[in-house]
Amino acid sequence: VGQLIFRFLAGGVIVTVFAALADALKPKSFAGLFGAAPSVGLATLTFTSVSQGTAYAALEARSMMAGAAAFLVYACISSRMMLRWNWHAAQATIVAMTFWFGLSFALWYGFLR
Amino acid sequence: MRPSFNLTALHELRWYEFLLRFLFGGAITAVAGLIATKYGPIVGGLFLAFPAIFPASATLVEKHQRERKRKVGILDTKRGRQAAALDAYGTALGAVALFSFALIVWRLLPKMNWSLVLIFGTLVWTTVAVALWRLRKSPIWP
Repeated sequence: VGQLIFRFLAGGVIVTVFAALADALKPKSFAGLFGAAPSVGLATLTFTSVSQGTAYAALEARSMMAGAAAFLVYACISSRMMLRWNWHAAQATIVAMTFWFGLSFALWYGFLR
Repeated sequence: MRPSFNLTALHELRWYEFLLRFLFGGAITAVAGLIATKYGPIVGGLFLAFPAIFPASATLVEKHQRERKRKVGILDTKRGRQAAALDAYGTALGAVALFSFALIVWRLLPKMNWSLVLIFGTLVWTTVAVALWRLRKSPIWP
Protein backbone atom coordinates (compact mmCIF):
# COMPACT_ATOMS: atom_id res chain seq x y z
CA VAL A 1 0.00 0.00 0.00
CA GLY A 2 2.92 2.32 0.81
CA GLN A 3 4.40 1.73 -2.65
CA LEU A 4 1.05 2.43 -4.27
CA ILE A 5 0.63 5.72 -2.41
CA PHE A 6 4.16 6.76 -3.37
CA ARG A 7 3.49 5.96 -7.04
CA PHE A 8 0.18 7.84 -6.91
CA LEU A 9 1.74 10.97 -5.39
CA ALA A 10 4.84 10.95 -7.64
CA GLY A 11 2.77 10.34 -10.78
CA GLY A 12 0.22 13.00 -9.80
CA VAL A 13 2.89 15.65 -9.15
CA ILE A 14 4.92 15.01 -12.34
CA VAL A 15 1.82 14.88 -14.55
CA THR A 16 0.47 18.14 -13.00
CA VAL A 17 3.82 19.92 -13.55
CA PHE A 18 3.98 18.93 -17.24
CA ALA A 19 0.29 19.85 -17.71
CA ALA A 20 0.84 23.28 -16.10
CA LEU A 21 3.82 23.85 -18.43
CA ALA A 22 1.58 23.03 -21.39
CA ASP A 23 -1.08 25.48 -20.16
CA ALA A 24 1.42 28.32 -19.98
CA LEU A 25 2.86 27.71 -23.45
CA LYS A 26 1.73 29.08 -26.80
CA PRO A 27 0.98 28.28 -29.62
CA LYS A 28 -1.37 25.35 -29.05
CA SER A 29 0.49 22.93 -31.32
CA PHE A 30 3.67 23.56 -29.26
CA ALA A 31 1.85 23.21 -25.93
CA GLY A 32 0.37 19.98 -27.25
CA LEU A 33 3.84 18.37 -27.24
CA PHE A 34 3.51 18.15 -23.45
CA GLY A 35 0.40 15.99 -23.78
CA ALA A 36 2.86 13.18 -24.57
CA ALA A 37 5.53 14.12 -22.01
CA PRO A 38 7.13 11.12 -20.29
CA SER A 39 5.48 11.99 -16.96
CA VAL A 40 4.04 8.57 -16.02
CA GLY A 41 7.21 6.95 -17.41
CA LEU A 42 9.52 9.08 -15.26
CA ALA A 43 7.57 8.38 -12.07
CA THR A 44 7.31 4.64 -12.72
CA LEU A 45 10.83 4.05 -14.07
CA THR A 46 12.35 5.93 -11.11
CA PHE A 47 10.40 3.76 -8.72
CA THR A 48 11.06 0.43 -10.46
CA SER A 49 14.78 1.17 -10.99
CA VAL A 50 15.14 1.61 -7.24
CA SER A 51 12.83 -1.15 -6.05
CA GLN A 52 13.13 -3.88 -8.76
CA GLY A 53 16.42 -3.08 -10.47
CA THR A 54 17.38 -1.57 -13.81
CA ALA A 55 16.91 -4.79 -15.86
CA TYR A 56 13.23 -4.88 -14.82
CA ALA A 57 12.81 -1.16 -15.57
CA ALA A 58 14.48 -1.63 -19.00
CA LEU A 59 11.84 -4.24 -19.89
CA GLU A 60 9.14 -1.73 -18.98
CA ALA A 61 10.85 0.88 -21.18
CA ARG A 62 10.93 -1.55 -24.12
CA SER A 63 7.15 -2.04 -23.85
CA MET A 64 6.76 1.70 -23.47
CA MET A 65 7.95 2.03 -27.09
CA ALA A 66 4.90 0.03 -28.23
CA GLY A 67 2.65 2.21 -26.06
CA ALA A 68 4.22 5.35 -27.56
CA ALA A 69 3.66 4.10 -31.13
CA ALA A 70 0.00 3.47 -30.24
CA PHE A 71 -0.13 6.96 -28.67
CA LEU A 72 1.03 8.51 -31.98
CA VAL A 73 -1.80 6.80 -33.88
CA TYR A 74 -4.28 7.68 -31.11
CA ALA A 75 -3.37 11.40 -31.18
CA CYS A 76 -3.57 11.54 -35.01
CA ILE A 77 -7.01 9.87 -34.99
CA SER A 78 -8.26 12.18 -32.20
CA SER A 79 -7.09 15.25 -34.11
CA ARG A 80 -8.81 14.05 -37.28
CA MET A 81 -12.07 13.29 -35.46
CA MET A 82 -12.16 16.85 -34.11
CA LEU A 83 -11.05 18.64 -37.25
CA ARG A 84 -12.77 16.67 -40.03
CA TRP A 85 -15.69 15.02 -38.29
CA ASN A 86 -16.46 17.91 -35.89
CA TRP A 87 -16.43 15.72 -32.81
CA HIS A 88 -16.04 17.37 -29.41
CA ALA A 89 -12.66 16.88 -27.71
CA ALA A 90 -14.10 14.69 -24.93
CA GLN A 91 -15.92 12.41 -27.42
CA ALA A 92 -12.96 12.12 -29.79
CA THR A 93 -10.28 11.48 -27.16
CA ILE A 94 -12.34 8.87 -25.32
CA VAL A 95 -13.60 6.98 -28.40
CA ALA A 96 -10.11 7.01 -29.96
CA MET A 97 -8.78 5.39 -26.78
CA THR A 98 -9.96 2.05 -28.22
CA PHE A 99 -7.25 2.49 -30.89
CA TRP A 100 -4.60 2.96 -28.20
CA PHE A 101 -5.68 -0.23 -26.41
CA GLY A 102 -6.08 -2.18 -29.66
CA LEU A 103 -2.77 -1.16 -31.19
CA SER A 104 -0.62 -1.36 -28.06
CA PHE A 105 -1.90 -4.87 -27.26
CA ALA A 106 -1.50 -5.90 -30.92
CA LEU A 107 2.14 -4.75 -30.78
CA TRP A 108 2.58 -6.58 -27.49
CA TYR A 109 1.07 -9.74 -29.01
CA GLY A 110 3.13 -9.46 -32.20
CA PHE A 111 6.54 -8.37 -30.92
CA LEU A 112 6.89 -8.38 -27.15
CA ARG A 113 5.09 -11.43 -25.83
CA MET B 1 4.72 31.80 -34.46
CA ARG B 2 7.52 31.51 -31.90
CA PRO B 3 6.80 29.53 -28.72
CA SER B 4 6.14 31.77 -25.72
CA PHE B 5 5.62 31.21 -22.01
CA ASN B 6 2.71 33.02 -20.38
CA LEU B 7 2.23 32.45 -16.65
CA THR B 8 -1.02 34.43 -16.55
CA ALA B 9 -2.65 31.62 -18.59
CA LEU B 10 -2.46 29.53 -15.41
CA HIS B 11 -4.85 31.98 -13.67
CA GLU B 12 -7.59 30.84 -16.06
CA LEU B 13 -7.39 27.38 -14.58
CA ARG B 14 -9.65 26.46 -11.71
CA TRP B 15 -8.43 24.46 -8.72
CA TYR B 16 -10.46 21.40 -9.72
CA GLU B 17 -8.75 21.35 -13.13
CA PHE B 18 -5.37 20.95 -11.40
CA LEU B 19 -6.88 18.36 -9.06
CA LEU B 20 -8.34 16.41 -12.00
CA ARG B 21 -4.93 16.13 -13.67
CA PHE B 22 -3.25 15.21 -10.39
CA LEU B 23 -5.81 12.45 -9.80
CA PHE B 24 -5.60 11.13 -13.40
CA GLY B 25 -1.79 11.17 -13.38
CA GLY B 26 -1.57 9.58 -9.94
CA ALA B 27 -4.17 6.95 -10.77
CA ILE B 28 -2.56 5.81 -14.02
CA THR B 29 0.90 5.64 -12.41
CA ALA B 30 -0.50 3.52 -9.57
CA VAL B 31 -2.47 1.32 -12.01
CA ALA B 32 0.64 0.82 -14.21
CA GLY B 33 2.46 -0.40 -11.08
CA LEU B 34 -0.39 -2.76 -10.18
CA ILE B 35 -0.54 -4.18 -13.73
CA ALA B 36 3.25 -4.71 -13.74
CA THR B 37 2.99 -6.53 -10.40
CA LYS B 38 0.19 -8.79 -11.63
CA TYR B 39 1.13 -9.36 -15.30
CA GLY B 40 4.85 -8.50 -15.37
CA PRO B 41 6.88 -5.54 -16.67
CA ILE B 42 6.22 -6.28 -20.37
CA VAL B 43 2.46 -5.68 -20.09
CA GLY B 44 2.87 -3.03 -17.36
CA GLY B 45 5.34 -1.08 -19.52
CA LEU B 46 2.68 -0.44 -22.18
CA PHE B 47 0.87 1.79 -19.70
CA LEU B 48 3.91 4.06 -19.25
CA ALA B 49 2.79 5.60 -22.56
CA PHE B 50 -0.92 5.60 -21.73
CA PRO B 51 -2.57 8.91 -22.76
CA ALA B 52 -3.38 9.66 -19.12
CA ILE B 53 -4.05 13.37 -19.18
CA PHE B 54 -4.53 14.02 -22.87
CA PRO B 55 -8.36 13.64 -22.88
CA ALA B 56 -8.65 16.04 -19.93
CA SER B 57 -6.18 18.52 -21.48
CA ALA B 58 -7.85 18.52 -24.90
CA THR B 59 -11.27 18.98 -23.30
CA LEU B 60 -9.98 21.93 -21.25
CA VAL B 61 -8.31 23.51 -24.31
CA GLU B 62 -11.64 23.30 -26.18
CA LYS B 63 -13.59 24.70 -23.23
CA HIS B 64 -11.20 27.61 -22.57
CA GLN B 65 -11.04 28.59 -26.25
CA ARG B 66 -14.86 28.50 -26.48
CA GLU B 67 -15.17 30.67 -23.35
CA ARG B 68 -12.60 33.18 -24.68
CA LYS B 69 -14.47 33.50 -27.98
CA ARG B 70 -17.83 33.75 -26.22
CA LYS B 71 -16.52 36.71 -24.16
CA VAL B 72 -15.89 38.65 -27.38
CA GLY B 73 -19.29 37.68 -28.78
CA ILE B 74 -18.31 34.75 -31.01
CA LEU B 75 -20.66 31.85 -30.33
CA ASP B 76 -19.17 29.47 -32.91
CA THR B 77 -18.09 26.26 -31.14
CA LYS B 78 -15.83 25.26 -34.05
CA ARG B 79 -12.96 27.41 -32.71
CA GLY B 80 -12.73 25.33 -29.56
CA ARG B 81 -12.53 22.09 -31.54
CA GLN B 82 -9.89 23.55 -33.85
CA ALA B 83 -7.74 24.54 -30.86
CA ALA B 84 -8.11 21.05 -29.35
CA ALA B 85 -7.23 19.46 -32.73
CA LEU B 86 -4.06 21.58 -32.93
CA ASP B 87 -3.21 20.50 -29.39
CA ALA B 88 -3.67 16.86 -30.50
CA TYR B 89 -1.41 17.45 -33.50
CA GLY B 90 1.32 18.67 -31.13
CA THR B 91 0.70 15.64 -28.92
CA ALA B 92 1.24 13.33 -31.92
CA LEU B 93 4.69 14.92 -32.40
CA GLY B 94 5.29 14.52 -28.65
CA ALA B 95 4.44 10.82 -28.97
CA VAL B 96 7.28 10.36 -31.48
CA ALA B 97 9.59 11.98 -28.91
CA LEU B 98 8.12 9.69 -26.25
CA PHE B 99 9.14 6.71 -28.40
CA SER B 100 12.72 8.03 -28.51
CA PHE B 101 12.68 8.52 -24.71
CA ALA B 102 11.66 4.86 -24.25
CA LEU B 103 14.26 3.65 -26.77
CA ILE B 104 17.09 5.53 -25.02
CA VAL B 105 16.01 4.33 -21.57
CA TRP B 106 15.64 0.71 -22.77
CA ARG B 107 19.13 0.67 -24.34
CA LEU B 108 21.02 2.58 -21.63
CA LEU B 109 19.34 1.58 -18.38
CA PRO B 110 21.17 -1.75 -17.96
CA LYS B 111 24.55 -0.06 -18.64
CA MET B 112 24.46 3.27 -16.79
CA ASN B 113 23.28 4.92 -13.58
CA TRP B 114 19.47 5.02 -13.70
CA SER B 115 19.12 8.67 -12.64
CA LEU B 116 21.51 9.84 -15.39
CA VAL B 117 19.66 7.72 -17.95
CA LEU B 118 16.28 9.23 -16.99
CA ILE B 119 17.70 12.78 -17.12
CA PHE B 120 19.31 12.07 -20.51
CA GLY B 121 16.07 10.46 -21.74
CA THR B 122 14.11 13.58 -20.74
CA LEU B 123 16.61 15.78 -22.60
CA VAL B 124 16.24 13.55 -25.66
CA TRP B 125 12.43 13.80 -25.39
CA THR B 126 12.63 17.62 -25.24
CA THR B 127 15.11 17.86 -28.12
CA VAL B 128 13.20 15.50 -30.43
CA ALA B 129 9.82 17.10 -29.60
CA VAL B 130 11.05 20.67 -30.24
CA ALA B 131 12.97 19.62 -33.38
CA LEU B 132 9.89 17.91 -34.86
CA TRP B 133 7.73 20.92 -34.02
CA ARG B 134 10.19 23.24 -35.78
CA LEU B 135 10.57 20.88 -38.74
CA ARG B 136 6.83 20.56 -39.36
CA LYS B 137 6.72 23.73 -41.44
CA SER B 138 9.87 23.06 -43.41
CA PRO B 139 9.67 22.00 -47.08
CA ILE B 140 11.10 18.56 -46.23
CA TRP B 141 8.11 17.74 -43.97
CA PRO B 142 6.08 14.93 -45.57
